Amino acid sequence: MGVGAGYGGDRLEPALLLMQEGELDYIAFECLAERTIALAQKEKQRNPEKGYNHLLEYRMEKVLPLASKHKIKVITNMGAANPIQAMKVTGEIAKKLGISGLKIAAVYGDDVLHILNENTHLNILENGEPLSSISNKMISANAYLGTAGIVEALNNGADIIITGRVADPSLFLAPMIYEFGWEMDDYAKLGKGTLVGHLLECAGQICGGYFADLQQKQVPNLWDIGFPFAEVDENGEGYISKVKGTGGLINRATCTEQLLYEIHDPAQYLTPDCVADFSKVDFELLGPDKVKFENASGAAPTDLYKVSVGYANGFYGEGQISYGGNDCVNRAKLAGEIVKERLKHLNCVDFRIDLIGLNSINPFQTGNQDISEVRLRVSARTDTFAMAQLIGQEVETLYTNGPAGGGGATKQTEEVISVLSVLLPKLGIQHQIEYLNL
Amino acid sequence: MKLLEIAHARSGDKGNISNISLIVYDQSNFQMIKENVTEKKVKDWFKDIVLGEVKRYELPQLGALNFVLYDALDGGVTSSTLLDKHRKSLSSFLLEMEV
Repeated sequence: MGVGAGYGGDRLEPALLLMQEGELDYIAFECLAERTIALAQKEKQRNPEKGYNHLLEYRMEKVLPLASKHKIKVITNMGAANPIQAMKVTGEIAKKLGISGLKIAAVYGDDVLHILNENTHLNILENGEPLSSISNKMISANAYLGTAGIVEALNNGADIIITGRVADPSLFLAPMIYEFGWEMDDYAKLGKGTLVGHLLECAGQICGGYFADLQQKQVPNLWDIGFPFAEVDENGEGYISKVKGTGGLINRATCTEQLLYEIHDPAQYLTPDCVADFSKVDFELLGPDKVKFENASGAAPTDLYKVSVGYANGFYGEGQISYGGNDCVNRAKLAGEIVKERLKHLNCVDFRIDLIGLNSINPFQTGNQDISEVRLRVSARTDTFAMAQLIGQEVETLYTNGPAGGGGATKQTEEVISVLSVLLPKLGIQHQIEYLNL
Repeated sequence: MKLLEIAHARSGDKGNISNISLIVYDQSNFQMIKENVTEKKVKDWFKDIVLGEVKRYELPQLGALNFVLYDALDGGVTSSTLLDKHRKSLSSFLLEMEV
């Protein structure tokens, strides 16, 4: 099993190479970040035929011929807010390419907005407030479904499975359950399969991506990084590797970084299918870019689904301008003071002023002042679009009204869609599937 | 010495929570970082930005510690005005710590 995308906008060529040369049975494309589905839901409201991943057509035109030729099943959450339309579009592409004999499935049922609208007493996980505090601004609510819908689609012969919100590792665990006949209460095995999914789901990140430096972590040919695959047996044991000749690196260190990526307590990684236990996981280098994984386990899942709620959260405004040469940091600071005074007079009080190059990402506020260029950045979240526009406007007017030598001003204004979470009982939430036969 | 001489790290985010792994290059240094890079030390190191508690998990077989920093992301990536909204760069700043 391979991975064809680690996020919605990921590269396609490494996925195609993996399909050509990886001897795959399955490939999964993970394309749905926390907020993506809320943006997709808004698109669907404007146009009922949209609301799926923007790169679906681009990907499927290249992926379908390889899937058909090499008999590789494709699983992806590119359906976003509209898996059924994504299925139809994929079907049209297959027809256009003259591909027949494919069965495409759309797995959905993750949209629970109607349920939340009737349960606004539920507490928001992040801040403990009742859901009613944002309920008039809610755009989307999607439960992280598990493997059940994908497994059912595989049992019914689907070759291409397009889902909405599904927990990332479930995209990879589902084919293992289907192929090996694992019971849904064999939690030790589900934990092992979840490990495989977790290691693969960020694609390049286990192959030296988001890893390399020029000191102790040098990675060869990062420009040509390969995406990973895993070979797994019926006991959930196996190894991670990548296509020979591709750039990148897989070793114990890359695997350990990916193992711990965003999991919090390694003994209790919560998924809809199980509570996976990665606390005893170990890796062994079997050869170049080939690492065995072992000792994952799992326990029964909770009886709750995590639900991501997207809601309208005002507007965002930003402006930037650069200063260089002698005493540039102090000129940039003066520019910041000017904007601060201007915004105060406009009754905008809650904004951030950063100096990029000095203290914009540095959490210590002790950046080196002896630098040759610096960039002022002013940003704010506002209640109105007009106020958000003013942020960039006040930075841009520094050109003719601010300190000497300001250059390269840019401004940006956008709507903010934020995401919070609630937990919802699994009972009463059921996946649904539609099929398209070609 | 600085942690970066003996260990590597990766940051990620979930909601308003930052997750930073710290992994030694050589197993023989694990005991030392386990004793020195405590929850309290990391909380103090990032005191200006971490408003909640810091939890630490140990994976001795991998020479790894996993830190979970609560209330550390200015509300989280979907509402923050930070330049680095995920605070992905925290891994590099953790490695600046003297041990």
